[in-house]
Amino acid sequence: MSHVERAADFVADAARAHWHDQALWFVRTRRDARAQEVPEWEELREAASRIKQNTLARLGEHLERFEERAQQLGARVHWARDAAEHNAIVHAILREREVTRVVKSKSMLTEECGLNPFLEERGIEVVDTDLGEYIVQLREEPPSHIVLPAIHIRKEEVGELFHEKLGSPVGLSDPTALTEAARHHLRARFLAAGAGITGVNFGIAETGGIVVCTNEGNADLGTSLPPLHIACMGIEKLVPRARDLAVFLRLLARSATGQAITSYTSHFHGPRPGGELHIVLVDNGRSEILASPEFRRSLLCIRCGACMNTCPVYRRSGGHSYDATVPGPIGSILGPARDARRHSSLPYACTLCGSCDDVCPVKIDLQSELLAWRRELVERGLASRWKRALMGMAGLVMRHERVYGLATRLARRLLAPLPRRLLQRIAAPWARGRDLPEIPSESFRELYARRRRRDPR
Amino acid sequence: MSEARPRGGTRSAPPVGLFVPCYVDQLRPDVGLATLEVLEAHGVQVDYPRAQTCCGQPWLNSGCTRDAAWLARRFVEIFRDYEYVVAPSASCVATLRGHYTKLLGGSADVCARSFELCEFLCDVLGVDRVEGRFAHRVGLHESCHGLRGLRQGGASERVGEPGSKVRRLLASLDAIELTALERPDECCGFGGVFAVEEEAVSCMMGLDRVRDHERSGADVVTSTDLSCLLHLEGLIRRNGAPLQVMHVAQILAGREAVAR
Repeated sequence: MSHVERAADFVADAARAHWHDQALWFVRTRRDARAQEVPEWEELREAASRIKQNTLARLGEHLERFEERAQQLGARVHWARDAAEHNAIVHAILREREVTRVVKSKSMLTEECGLNPFLEERGIEVVDTDLGEYIVQLREEPPSHIVLPAIHIRKEEVGELFHEKLGSPVGLSDPTALTEAARHHLRARFLAAGAGITGVNFGIAETGGIVVCTNEGNADLGTSLPPLHIACMGIEKLVPRARDLAVFLRLLARSATGQAITSYTSHFHGPRPGGELHIVLVDNGRSEILASPEFRRSLLCIRCGACMNTCPVYRRSGGHSYDATVPGPIGSILGPARDARRHSSLPYACTLCGSCDDVCPVKIDLQSELLAWRRELVERGLASRWKRALMGMAGLVMRHERVYGLATRLARRLLAPLPRRLLQRIAAPWARGRDLPEIPSESFRELYARRRRRDPR
Repeated sequence: MSEARPRGGTRSAPPVGLFVPCYVDQLRPDVGLATLEVLEAHGVQVDYPRAQTCCGQPWLNSGCTRDAAWLARRFVEIFRDYEYVVAPSASCVATLRGHYTKLLGGSADVCARSFELCEFLCDVLGVDRVEGRFAHRVGLHESCHGLRGLRQGGASERVGEPGSKVRRLLASLDAIELTALERPDECCGFGGVFAVEEEAVSCMMGLDRVRDHERSGADVVTSTDLSCLLHLEGLIRRNGAPLQVMHVAQILAGREAVAR
């Protein structure tokens, strides 16, 4: 199944699709309001983009510096070439310390690597402690959004889920009560955990510190109770200096959820006394993206999700329609980079409206990368056959004015006498939901020629 | 391609090459005529080079870059000697200005001299008021390529952007009332090949726009882009919405709205 079919399934439930669209539009509007409060917003985006681009241009140096400083602070730094190495490293750390219960705060990287099933197969319980992540974990499905993992689920459905899985009272739908119920269950997991796994929002090369942003404080609890903290971090998460955070932290929460700042912005500089901090640096295809001039800027992404919230297609098709770890516009670039065949429909799941380019806090050239992917897919023969055939034929017509004039005149002659219903059937993908425009008897070029004959200049 | 050359202006006004995009040429020729009339009414000498076909946007957007590049070279060849190129389509002009450099492997200066009609009126001719009357409640569909491609106005997600040129021109007409939309610049879901490939999402997006215009009390929906309008019109008719679409050039040229 491609994005087309999955999106059509989602849209078929019109009420749900509208509700989903409204929920995310609300987040987008909040983001707009917070951005408008910062007069230098556009300059801030530009600064962030440049800092990230400079960092990526000398990523090797920054990474080595980061490793050195982090080690000086007492952290252990591990390097993982791919998802398998990442999972093996995390598992080895846990196994050596005989940890069987882990609490994890939100990390798209561990989703990307499939860490949960890997550890569970090896007898380690992993509990996602972010409320949204916890909900989708209980439902045994992937998150549908990188910041709002359960945005596709209504609160009534959460109530049913909690009743079934956690034994909370029937018919619960009040968000506060639901949060209370989850908190009650999570508290026991926090207390029993032998390790806390977190993602990383920013790694700071000059200090060796890492920063984790949450709204629920779950990363803090998960790293304060157990003695072992494993932080999983994509190699593109670095910023050179601590002061760069002044740029990124102002952009991140405003772009993500329309908050001035996340409730918790936690800085970890080495392990806490008596504890251990392991930082796993993961490549998993990032070096390859870095090597490609066309797609390099997709690595600037700070995973705020603003491109999803603004994307009119994402809002109406739901995150799962992308069938990728990261959905939405940025996911439609990262997905094909991972597996072009499997994700070949994603770069086309876009109207090229350009709103993602405008909201992106690090100014990723999303539209032009999506276009570049379309070109790649055509060149590699992965774009749909009918598209290539149709465009190839039409392209020949457009190459010559006479052929164009003749073909279009002929088409009008042939189509004009056909009954409307037959026409609608011929043009089904257009006409199933829309009336066809009337075909005029004359084209502009014909009208113009007549006008000029009448009124020569 | 001698026929593509301008005739050499005898008037003081700049000779303009009129670019009528293929789908306008074929599906709503009156939009081309209206554009011509608006330009001539402002004293512009206009020439329509017959050799033109298409700017290549559909190929560019579907990933058929080689065809797009061929058409881009052809387009530049035909229009290069005009002082300005004007088209009743923000989308096609955005293709010229935003993508030709990459397609051609170098810049073509004719692209910088290419304008969408309203843009040309405002930025080149310095028009801030159009004579005429249009006694309707009009919903302006800001096309994405006009708004974000040509920056004809400030998209709602940007900070500190100026107002819409298209809106300003329309507002200068007598008796016109521009309605306020809940989502002033949401995409209509046309998106070229997207409209047929992602049919379900495309129709939902379009219908959402139609309903927004309906709620705003508009009776006419207008835009710089006929592609958006034909998609919206298809949905309006299928769903029996009390709206009609007119291209902005038709309104500026003084066409009457047809009561449906």
